[in-house]
Amino acid sequence: MDAALECVLRQADNALVLGHRLSEWCGVGPVLEEDIALANTALDLIGQAKLWLEYAAEVQGAGRTADDLAFRRDVYDFKNALLVELPNGDFGQTLLREFFFDAFHLPWLQALTASPDARVAEVAAKSAKEAAYHLERSAETVIALGDGTDESHARMAAALAYLWPYTGELMVDDAVDLGQDAMPLPSSIRPAWDTTVNAVLAEAMLTRPDSDFAHTGGRSGVRHTEHLGHMLAQMQFLPRAYPTATW
Amino acid sequence: MVTPAPLTPDQVWAWLEDVPDPEIPVISVVDLGVIRGVDVDGWAVTVTITPTYSGCPAMGVIAMDIELALAKRGAQDVRIATQLAPPWTTDWMSPQGLAKLEGYGIAPPRAAGGPDRCPHCRSQDVERISQFGSTACKAQWRCRACLEPFDYFKCI
Repeated sequence: MDAALECVLRQADNALVLGHRLSEWCGVGPVLEEDIALANTALDLIGQAKLWLEYAAEVQGAGRTADDLAFRRDVYDFKNALLVELPNGDFGQTLLREFFFDAFHLPWLQALTASPDARVAEVAAKSAKEAAYHLERSAETVIALGDGTDESHARMAAALAYLWPYTGELMVDDAVDLGQDAMPLPSSIRPAWDTTVNAVLAEAMLTRPDSDFAHTGGRSGVRHTEHLGHMLAQMQFLPRAYPTATW
Repeated sequence: MVTPAPLTPDQVWAWLEDVPDPEIPVISVVDLGVIRGVDVDGWAVTVTITPTYSGCPAMGVIAMDIELALAKRGAQDVRIATQLAPPWTTDWMSPQGLAKLEGYGIAPPRAAGGPDRCPHCRSQDVERISQFGSTACKAQWRCRACLEPFDYFKCI
């Protein structure tokens, strides 16, 4: 696959998969306000995914639509980082994952606004405003839960141990990143991510794990977790079962 | 037969003032700041709009409402173009739009990041309930004086 197209799909699939995961909270959030907040964040991300997928479909030039790319690709064609496809776990785990992603997403989108590809720069500028708002909320919530009760702190510590090995992939460069010039190298975001994450974890009374081991295979598509297939089975069911349905 | 005078952009802008936001009908799509341009060629019209939030479901309805409103007035070949850059900001909302929001019970956006007073009783003793609300563009706040919850239009 063309490196430029693959890079656009990586943006689209991160937003689409995380957006879908967050939407799973709709109707089952711990309190109404949080339920609404998660659904709104999901809506922003799915809107961003649409902007990226529309562009990906144009770059691909095969007559496919954004919906085709969302609903008619299989697991190994998805290029999202493993972090975003993991199951939600409890509310704390969902928000900690959101925070790890947001802490990457905001500086990454800000860097993309300088892309020589005008469309990439436009979509990034639009998305960055939303990402800034997401980061503000996820950081505050992680601090509130980490520095909350014994119960909430213990749950956040467990979530941290589970999620940590999945954070590194967001910032590991591979051959696709090196083979194009529309987007900067993901590793260039590492200093900004470290600064944000260190500050928030400290304030949340959580200890940053000292391992830098990173599970990879999501951004390349070659080794997704078992969870993505289950998620897609639900997300893609309707358009696959009723291919002529319109709404 | 009298040939109708060609349409002017000013006329189209005036008609757009009557197209309400589908979620907050007290303000128009012009007040909302999503109309980025009007091009007229005879009675053919192209209206350029920009989305508020990437995923705002009202954008499709706004495009349809504009088409219907202009067609009803006789415009032909109404086209809606979408423009992403520069990204929408609440700075583009009109002063009368902000005043209408408050009159409707929604605190208008402020650069400070929160409302300065309750839109119901005008007390400045307000607190945030949630950064998000009933639509992508709003957050939930509460007045400690009159105890009423209210929407705040997020500043972006």
